[in-house]
Amino acid sequence: MDTKRLIIVAVGGQGNLLASKVIGEAALLSGVPVRMSEIHGMAQRGGVVESAIVFGDAKSTIISDGEADLLVGFEPAEALRALNKCNAATTVITNLSPLSPFTVAIGKGVYPRLSRIQELIRAKTEKLIAFDATALAREAGNVMAVNMVLLGAMTRTGILPLAADKVKEAIRTRTKKAFVEVNLKAFEMGFEAAEKGE
Amino acid sequence: MHKLLTDQPGQQMLLLGNEAITRGAVEAGVAFASTYPGTPSSEISLNLFQISRETDLYFEYSTNEKVALEVAAAAAVSGVRSMCMMKHVGVNVAADVLMTLAYIGVKGGLVILTADDPYMFSSQNEQDNRYYAKLSGLPMLEPSSVEEARSMMPYAFDLSEKLGEPVLFRTTTRVNHSTAAVTLGEMRPRQPRGDFVKDPFNFVCVPAVSRKLHVRLLENMEKAEKIAGTSEYNFTEGAGNQGIICNGVSYNYVSDAVTELGIADNTKILRIGFSHPLPQALIKDFLGGCEKVLVVEEGEPYMEEAVKAFAQEAGLTLPIRGKSADLFSRLYEFDPATVKKNIAAFFDVPYTPPVIPDLSDLPEIPQRPPTLCAGCSHRATFYAVKKAAEGMDVMHPSDIGCYTLGFLPPLSMADFVVCMGASAGTSGGFSKVTDKKVISFIGDSTFFHSGISGLINAVFNNHKFTLVILDNGTTAMTGHQPNPGVDMTKLNMDGFGRISIEAVVRAIGVRHVSVIRPYKVQKSIAAIKEALDYDGVSVVISQEPCSLYAKSLKELKPRAFYVTDRCKNHRTCLDELGCPAFYLKDDRVCIDPDLCIGCTVCVQICPENAIRPVKKTEG
Repeated sequence: MDTKRLIIVAVGGQGNLLASKVIGEAALLSGVPVRMSEIHGMAQRGGVVESAIVFGDAKSTIISDGEADLLVGFEPAEALRALNKCNAATTVITNLSPLSPFTVAIGKGVYPRLSRIQELIRAKTEKLIAFDATALAREAGNVMAVNMVLLGAMTRTGILPLAADKVKEAIRTRTKKAFVEVNLKAFEMGFEAAEKGE
Repeated sequence: MHKLLTDQPGQQMLLLGNEAITRGAVEAGVAFASTYPGTPSSEISLNLFQISRETDLYFEYSTNEKVALEVAAAAAVSGVRSMCMMKHVGVNVAADVLMTLAYIGVKGGLVILTADDPYMFSSQNEQDNRYYAKLSGLPMLEPSSVEEARSMMPYAFDLSEKLGEPVLFRTTTRVNHSTAAVTLGEMRPRQPRGDFVKDPFNFVCVPAVSRKLHVRLLENMEKAEKIAGTSEYNFTEGAGNQGIICNGVSYNYVSDAVTELGIADNTKILRIGFSHPLPQALIKDFLGGCEKVLVVEEGEPYMEEAVKAFAQEAGLTLPIRGKSADLFSRLYEFDPATVKKNIAAFFDVPYTPPVIPDLSDLPEIPQRPPTLCAGCSHRATFYAVKKAAEGMDVMHPSDIGCYTLGFLPPLSMADFVVCMGASAGTSGGFSKVTDKKVISFIGDSTFFHSGISGLINAVFNNHKFTLVILDNGTTAMTGHQPNPGVDMTKLNMDGFGRISIEAVVRAIGVRHVSVIRPYKVQKSIAAIKEALDYDGVSVVISQEPCSLYAKSLKELKPRAFYVTDRCKNHRTCLDELGCPAFYLKDDRVCIDPDLCIGCTVCVQICPENAIRPVKKTEG
């Protein structure tokens, strides 16, 4: 089958790894070959956490520059930073709620304007879907569900070989019982937002 | 029940590479396991630790990798299937045991896992531990994928028993931290009890014994090479007159590249999974059918050099290439595009790399380096040390742990870091040859790991420095594993001892020892000043639990603070502490209440006394 490559970038603590795990389980449920790779260790301490997910028959678990079909940024500046993974045919989804790096607070950098971030991504890729996923997660009942909102959005694009019902099944079985309802709601909200956020 | 104990052969499960390795070991009937935590190997230990609490598997976190290998070796020579895991640099610590254990051999299977870290995602170097196999004369296995990591483990245990030698199992970060579907295999029963049969002329390595044992090791290597020659883990794929020899994760990139470049018809691949001793006859045979050969291996030209030597012996003059300025680098890890590009270049086939958008007009994106957590006690200690040493010409040898991150501004509290346990040793050297005031740092786990010997050396040789032991009650960097100073009753586990760092330091003969609580800023500064005045080796033990660990134990109830209107924007808090709970809003310092744990260090140093606790709202 066709190889599809997904990159997720997030700041440590945003639930990137759980989102990847749900995607992996959904692929397993769908009978889609999947291989993933993550960064652990030092990078987690307030740094950037990146997951690469490769669907299809490829054996590699990482994605080279320019080879992503879909890039998902849990944080807008990180989406911009990961643009080297994209090409002109890549779709990008980004959360619009910034998490300012500590370096900005100590005057070692300036956070780029959100409008500029969107302009740049739009100009260099096929399609940008941008919305405030954090606000939607809060609305769904838990600000920590931002990963589920974005999971909904990436499912909506249809780029990944995963049907929404399989992803929802994975959310039911692979996320904490107490949060399943909120997570499913967040997923739905992200799924809908992906249509409007284009 | 732990998911890796699921006894349903044939079932598919999505597993992290380290979980797959653990599962493979459990399927092999591993009954004894030991480790010192190190990324990227840590999750293997975590899973075995959890499994040990549900089964008769023995597991321990040892003080360091050398000790871990010693305990595992004893179990294995008593006939118990054992495993010892560590990161690549951990093998350097264990190397002393390893070299001679290869002479002695084992009865029960012993698998020594070395998790190498090309690109140094969380390591101080990217050494290629295949050379340890060559150096020790032990067989080495290298899986390419998560799935193979599982299936290769039982094979490794069987091989170890067949040869009567420990087997080195080498992974890289990209196997340890990849995730894929794994098909569960059959579980063999554990045999946790063994017996040691006395046989001093094979077990006691005095010169006369070792001379004989070295002969046996060389015989074993010959046997191992024969097995490697027919091992299912050394296989040829495809056909044609252009050849590629590869190992580990490189095989994945090669396999994808050959398909995507459309050269599968005339390219054959030799994948080496049993990489020491290299299967000489198999490689010579492979070379004989090729017009040119590319060796694709991350790290050092370990296979390339051997393959060239084999070709010379076989009288073959075909081009064999691998590492060079125009092909593969010895630096960092490979990626699919680089491998594709180099294969295309070497075999002269067209390849259009993906076009990356022009990113030259991107604004500068602020860096997001890893940092000490909000409220981290190390930051408090660093601040106190800085204040105590104000006006002095100071240098800070440091060590391996979370606190290494203190090297970044605004703290800048690490000037020399080389390996686990080296801060005390290097401090001694610096204090002898420079006029600088030497104040060094070491964590509690690292102190037990190998810092003690450096401190003993300093006391004996009359060095002059202050060692600050950052005792946060856990091994924080790798994810809160216990060390000999940890109170195991907090984890609801009894039957463990507990060693007092203070008692050890005093027993070593350090005359000036003080214990501080770093969240008490003024008292800490005063105690450190006294330590700095002492003419000799002084030790300050800074005790405060890791905030993340305390949170996970529910011992910490975060209490957020905020900046009141009294703030005159001196920014002492920001400029001197740099806690990530601070942020700037309209050019004013604010505190993120979700991050603040209420350590109160900023409260104590604020010149305007402007930082106050957030009042809890009723309800």
